[in-house]
Amino acid sequence: MSLELVCPAGNLPALKMAVDNGADSVYMGFRDNTNARAFPGLNFDVATAQEGVLYAHSRGRKVLLALNTFPQSSTWAQWQEAVDHAVEIGVDAIILADPGLMRYASRTYPEMRLHLSVQGSATNYEAINFFHEHFGVRRVVLPRVLSLAQVEQVAKNTPIEIELFGFGGLCVMVEGRCVLSSYATGESPNTTGVCSPAKAVRWQQTPQGLESRLNGILLDRYGAQEKTGYPTLCKGRYEVNDETYYAIEEPTSLNILEFIPDLLRMGIAAVKIEGRQRSPVYVEQVTKVWRGAIDAARRDMEKYVVRQDWMAQLNKVAEGQQHTLGAYHRPWK
Amino acid sequence: MKISLGPVLYYWQREELLDFYGQAATWPVDIVYLGEAVCSKRHSLRTSDWLELAQQLTAAGKEVVLSSQALIESESDLMTLRRLADNGTFAIEANDMGAVRLASGDRFVVGPHVNTYNPHTLSIMAELGAQRWVMPVDMSRQMLVDMLAAKPEGIETEVFAYGRLPLAFSARCFTARHYNLSKDDCRFSCQEHPYGLGLNTREGQPFLALNGIQTQSASVYNLAAELGDMSDMGVDVVRISPQPLNTGEVAALFRQSLDGTLPATDAAASIAQFMPDAACDGYWHGQAGIAQSQALTM
Repeated sequence: MSLELVCPAGNLPALKMAVDNGADSVYMGFRDNTNARAFPGLNFDVATAQEGVLYAHSRGRKVLLALNTFPQSSTWAQWQEAVDHAVEIGVDAIILADPGLMRYASRTYPEMRLHLSVQGSATNYEAINFFHEHFGVRRVVLPRVLSLAQVEQVAKNTPIEIELFGFGGLCVMVEGRCVLSSYATGESPNTTGVCSPAKAVRWQQTPQGLESRLNGILLDRYGAQEKTGYPTLCKGRYEVNDETYYAIEEPTSLNILEFIPDLLRMGIAAVKIEGRQRSPVYVEQVTKVWRGAIDAARRDMEKYVVRQDWMAQLNKVAEGQQHTLGAYHRPWK
Repeated sequence: MKISLGPVLYYWQREELLDFYGQAATWPVDIVYLGEAVCSKRHSLRTSDWLELAQQLTAAGKEVVLSSQALIESESDLMTLRRLADNGTFAIEANDMGAVRLASGDRFVVGPHVNTYNPHTLSIMAELGAQRWVMPVDMSRQMLVDMLAAKPEGIETEVFAYGRLPLAFSARCFTARHYNLSKDDCRFSCQEHPYGLGLNTREGQPFLALNGIQTQSASVYNLAAELGDMSDMGVDVVRISPQPLNTGEVAALFRQSLDGTLPATDAAASIAQFMPDAACDGYWHGQAGIAQSQALTM
């Protein structure tokens, strides 16, 4: 019974923090639009990625490469080349979303381990088994829309490994099925690897308060005492029927520490920490807490309880300073 | 070019749906997509009702396709999907890879909610039996030109050309959230909003429309001015997404434009009077979806 801890690496220092603090594997992306965290200054060129792989492998840890945006006709060659580079530097698995790219990878590198990205939007076992049958996909990262009972049902009906998001920023929409960002800015995760891109964000102090705008569209307005957050489109405050509120989602972090025994019981293969865009300090803190929690649950599942100091550590780095169990806990839906 | 009527994305009363499709039988549309594509809790028509409607519309000379739900989570969602896929008569529009798996080997349509962004993925769909694909709404004209240049033989191309854009799906119901109801006890609050529930920015700019678990654009995608160009490019079908009022008028204007009896820009301008909100066409032009390339006179 094991539960692989998969931690984010937005750069080499973060990768080392993850490895040094107990990640079983780290995931990263190349420094371009081929992954869904294509933020300026983030991610790895091929040489640095190679360095990261060597660092992790020399300590017995794995590296997963996210190549989870959707290539278009005009950009296909770049995505295909990214698959080639991933194989060359010796990553342990490639995380893909696009069927065309999966076919290329599975035919060209039949030994390469393929994971289905959360961006592949596979929310049921028929969809998961489609990717398994056609491309030999060996693990699926489930979108953050299923309840725990639904996750269990999926796990029972597919032969492949299941990876779940356990902590971090929460997409309230089904990943791979949200183009809100490109509706406002022209760019979204599916095609360009960004959501609510920083270059489209403007902050402006006005008599009504501090305003955040995305490509000119007002996302929120903050009073003097209010804490501001990154202006992600779905986490703004809007007016619906003359009521102003977080109409889509409040800024909160997903945190399912309390479900670790359930994940172990259900045979979930891996739990993923979100946040390649976050600092090495975030990676260090979150990895340390989750390593401790998983080890505690594995030592004695019956006596496992979420420790207060774990929560205090996580609260320091959580987005919006609030936690939710997300869709895993049905009432959230 | 053929005109299709997309699935009704809103939750309308049974009588409204039956009345709508009774009229649609007389409209100048070639293809009608039927079924509940958004939320499994909606039940004013059951699968058997949809199949009966399908027979009636076929008798009226329409090609009928049964649309599957975009977000399939539960075993009961899968049961509904299997029932659609096994209907034995009508092709399905697969809006999820699970639906693609079940439809493989039969003729089917790849819906707009399957991410078909490149010719390699499209080829896989064609090999599995797809007769038509609907372009994802965020793809531009140029991306489509590139796709069509490498498109597999024998597969038709359909473009979402009119209606509020379906932009996102969630596990959460935002209409229920507005009424402080849980999704499990939503009281079908989306039925009160036959065009979706408008969401404005804090300075009153119409931005989005909440439609249960689906989020749409507030602006109405209107590519009527592009019909001639699409026809020249090799688009086979243009889709009109149903709205509660004047969908037939919109279809008639599309038809007149395609028949050459009304200039495309005039059709686009005439259609503007039937729209619940401002027009947008940014995606087609490779810009932010909300953008509108030219002023349409009301």
